[in-house]
Amino acid sequence: MPMTEIQAKTISGVAGFVAEHERFQRELPAGEPSSIKALRRLAIERFAAIGFPTLRQEEWRQTNVAPIVQGTFQRPESDPDAVSPERMAPFDFPADARLVFVDGRFSARLSSVGQLPDGVVVASLAQALEHSPQSVEPWLGQFARFESHPFVALNTAFLRDGAFVSVPRGVVAGLVHVLYLSSGEEGTATVSFPRNLFVAGENSQLTIVETYAGTGPYFTCPVTELVTGPNSVVDHYKVQRESREAFHMSTFQVQADRHSVPSSHSISLGGGLVRNDVNAVLDGEGIDCILNGLYLLEGSQFVDNHMRVEHAKPHCASHELYKGVLDGKARSIFSGLIHVHKGAQKTDAKQSNRNLLLSRDAVANSNPQLEIYADDVRCTHGSTVGQLDEDAVFYLRSRGIGAEAARSLLTYAFASDIVERIKVEPVRHALEEFLFARLPKGEVVRQAV
Amino acid sequence: MLEIKNLHASVEGNEILRGIDLTINDGEVHAIMGPNGSGKSTLARVLAGQEAYEVTGGQVLFDGKDLLDMDPEERAREGVFMAFQYPVEIPGVSNTYFLKAALNAVRKHRGLPEMDALEFLAMVRQKMKMVQMEETLLNRPVNEGFSGGEKKRNEIFHMAVLEPRMCILDETDSGLDIDALRIVSDGVNALRSADRSFLLITHYQRLLNYIVPDHVHVLLDGRIVRSGGKELALELEEKGYSALEAIERERSAAVQPVGA
Repeated sequence: MPMTEIQAKTISGVAGFVAEHERFQRELPAGEPSSIKALRRLAIERFAAIGFPTLRQEEWRQTNVAPIVQGTFQRPESDPDAVSPERMAPFDFPADARLVFVDGRFSARLSSVGQLPDGVVVASLAQALEHSPQSVEPWLGQFARFESHPFVALNTAFLRDGAFVSVPRGVVAGLVHVLYLSSGEEGTATVSFPRNLFVAGENSQLTIVETYAGTGPYFTCPVTELVTGPNSVVDHYKVQRESREAFHMSTFQVQADRHSVPSSHSISLGGGLVRNDVNAVLDGEGIDCILNGLYLLEGSQFVDNHMRVEHAKPHCASHELYKGVLDGKARSIFSGLIHVHKGAQKTDAKQSNRNLLLSRDAVANSNPQLEIYADDVRCTHGSTVGQLDEDAVFYLRSRGIGAEAARSLLTYAFASDIVERIKVEPVRHALEEFLFARLPKGEVVRQAV
Repeated sequence: MLEIKNLHASVEGNEILRGIDLTINDGEVHAIMGPNGSGKSTLARVLAGQEAYEVTGGQVLFDGKDLLDMDPEERAREGVFMAFQYPVEIPGVSNTYFLKAALNAVRKHRGLPEMDALEFLAMVRQKMKMVQMEETLLNRPVNEGFSGGEKKRNEIFHMAVLEPRMCILDETDSGLDIDALRIVSDGVNALRSADRSFLLITHYQRLLNYIVPDHVHVLLDGRIVRSGGKELALELEEKGYSALEAIERERSAAVQPVGA
């Protein structure tokens, strides 16, 4: 095949992505399972049919993706191994395994997988698809539904690489860090479709951190599917530190089996236009699901956290706590749906969204929603949007703390109950440092907490 | 130490303080008593610098400096402390670390070196004993989940750590049982010294059995209507504020033209 044919082309609009998909298919290795090929084909057909979301659609009513619709992108052509390790250094921390992706493509050079317990697989999805498709096929694309979600459709259509982690029954797997580094320049914004699949077997344990970071304009469109087997414990962290010019449209799909304990912590610090869909299906009894989130926004950042928790079986608990701190002209949306199926008795579902506005121009919207089809359940939701408590500011000042430091201290305190729930020490520490750097008089805050 | 001259203050357009004159010398303990709504707490909060209160006239000098010109934090660093009537709960901010930051801000202002963690902890332990505070309250967020008595003790504890020169206690006795009142009073008495002064704001005479004042003032309708020694408090306890109010009404009726 001549080189000119596979060189990156500019992609724009629905037609652009559909045309690019033609080129993309030709690059794929021949030996891939036909089910995966079929999955991609269905997904691109679906995307071609539904197109990008519009404000007329209920699920996208407050999220304007026009900058993506009107943008021009290209799939990256640079060598993922050519990137300097210095670029990942600010986001790196000790883990049992580190998978690094540059513009969505696996970098073997930057990645490092140490000695793992027997049977644990930590690999790039592309490698797994090529060498052991049978380990991936039963799960991939089975949970993240693309039929009604344009960005899941787009990701599925272009799925090729990402992180694949599989933990066998009864194994404690340790900590896996998945780092996505992206970059782009004016006029040549890259687009990538990270696809992650994490499968925790029965009675196993796993901790995963996904970090997204980058520079310049680009578009990241990731989908993560997490399957928690019976009685497994999985802690998932997503730290989104994309560039301010970046678009980030992500979906995190949890499929939980009985007595498993999946937890998700979604930290949104970067990005210009960000949407995080978090969907959890509690499809077994006795599941204890935790979904926490924190977004710290300033300037003209926009973040939409879109939650959907499905209580499909009895005796499950889901606890959601999302907190936001908004400065400048930032905007946030929180949409949280708790859907309790018929027969899902003794459901204990809690949802809370709290927002702190630091400026007059910042706006936070909160749309909690309950759909309950069982009669013996406890479901609560609440949301608040407010400013700093002036009595508390005065109290701190009356003890000698300066006005600016007092405000920063209270802002930090507001965010701290999410920060404290982060069990991976380096992730928590990095977030604390981020806060100290972001908040005025952060040094006083560092001393006082 | 503190000179209040013809102080007027209002909140949301309503004049609450209508000309307060009060001088507190080094080492003196003054008590301000008065019925609800007389302006006692307003006086305390104006002195501490709460912005909701607008000073519409008069002057306050602290060691000769214009107190009203200072931000609340500057007043604290200069050595003015107010124990709150309703201490604020601050989730997420540790009582100890916050206090260390506050102390170091005060020390820096006074040209003293910052205290390191060990020195600070040793000092804090000693001060805690003074108000019989349990160590667990140190590690908890400021006032969060504290009982009423614990919050008041925590205020006195903060005061003991920050070592202010002018201590204002805004109804610190309210809501305290007799044991807690005794502990808080013992703490305050231990802090009394020749160069530290106190302004006790209280509704009840009971506090003054434990913290014996040098001077007692009665506040009515935003003015000090009587001043005296500690025996004035007992007299008030006996007669009640209403008798005093009746006398005051008569007196002001006599000096103002009637039926104008």
